[in-house]
Amino acid sequence: MEDLKAYLIEHPFLQGFSQHHLELIVGCAKNVRFDTGEFIFKEGQEANEFYLIRHGKVALEMYAAEKGHITIQTISEGDVLGWSWLIPPYNWQFDARAVEITRAIALDGKCLRDKCEHDHDLGFELLKRFSNIVSQRLESTRLQLLDVYGN
Amino acid sequence: MIAEAMQPMASRPFRIDRFWKETYDTFSMELMPLDGHTFSFEPGQFNMLYVWGAGEVPISISGNPTKNHILTHTVRAVGSVTKFMANLKKNDIVGVRGPYGVPWPVAEAHGHDIVIICGGIGLAPLRPALYYILHHREKFGKILMLYGARTPDDMLYVKELEQWRGRFDMHVSVTVDRADASWRGNVGVVTSLMPRFHFDREMTIALVCGPEIMMRYTLLELSKRGIMEENLYLSMERNMKCGIGVCGHCQFRHFFICKDGPVFRYDRIKHLMLRREL
Repeated sequence: MEDLKAYLIEHPFLQGFSQHHLELIVGCAKNVRFDTGEFIFKEGQEANEFYLIRHGKVALEMYAAEKGHITIQTISEGDVLGWSWLIPPYNWQFDARAVEITRAIALDGKCLRDKCEHDHDLGFELLKRFSNIVSQRLESTRLQLLDVYGN
Repeated sequence: MIAEAMQPMASRPFRIDRFWKETYDTFSMELMPLDGHTFSFEPGQFNMLYVWGAGEVPISISGNPTKNHILTHTVRAVGSVTKFMANLKKNDIVGVRGPYGVPWPVAEAHGHDIVIICGGIGLAPLRPALYYILHHREKFGKILMLYGARTPDDMLYVKELEQWRGRFDMHVSVTVDRADASWRGNVGVVTSLMPRFHFDREMTIALVCGPEIMMRYTLLELSKRGIMEENLYLSMERNMKCGIGVCGHCQFRHFFICKDGPVFRYDRIKHLMLRREL
């Protein structure tokens, strides 16, 4: 648990959290590892976790019958994977697949949702940080859609 | 014969010594001067390339500035002249005027860490800067290159990218906007690569080239990450005609891109970057 805490403190997403809130978060955390090609989650499944990537690379994908798997974005060391645990109906919107061996900290979303209900300061802080990630990814997606290199 | 200085719009004839496809819409040419003289340039400068019967276009020099016996250009076939140019072949003759423009500040950057960020064909004007930097490797600190392309098939200089990635004295990271599952690399805009790296606020000099909108977001992100605005450089692109600051085609408020640029220090033009219809 101490190892987990030490890593969590270092992760850019959690920097600046109070000791008290870090204790609450570390109580919902565990180490996970995914092999190359392994699905971390699939579209439509219940979203009960999110991941702080420690090492490796994960592709966010959509599956289209006529095109197969389409990679929308890749996420790697220092990034956060998944926010569907935070937004009802708590189902994954995309597939996530490890492109290479990936190690991460998985945070139990159900456990954290309960803690956020009881401690709104924790909930607000997490929401602010996830909003920032959502905003950055939306901006990136818009730039990708603009096809700027092609025109 | 009228002196050369009196004929600023006159081209020198060059013979195409090598011509090859980089991607489905991009090609490179190695040119040899017919007059036997060498051709010197600084990284980031451009030439006006003239194709008889088609017209003249400004094209950045993409070759090695330390080898002045050969001139290399990489061109994307997008307009009438460049599409015509795409059909040229070895031993055809093109006209060359130049080199023109303000170069990348590579000599002034000695002693600094270098971040090169490029998108699409923006790698071509930055390649001479990278050649220079690697030729004088001991004079620079850390070197990081981030390159974004539309798809894996749109990436320029793939073999060289592999060589650069294999070097221990620089870091290269590549990303594409779209890919299928066979692509094992990064997917996302080039700015999404930045959070993975630490930049020394005062020691880092960034050279940025790509579509204007990509540069806008890149420069904002670099500023956010603490790099001083006087250490950020970008290469602008506008419709150039004369190349020598006379015709006004490339006017950018009180600047002429061909003469005052194409390389600008960001803080000099930051106030113009968000101005529309300029």
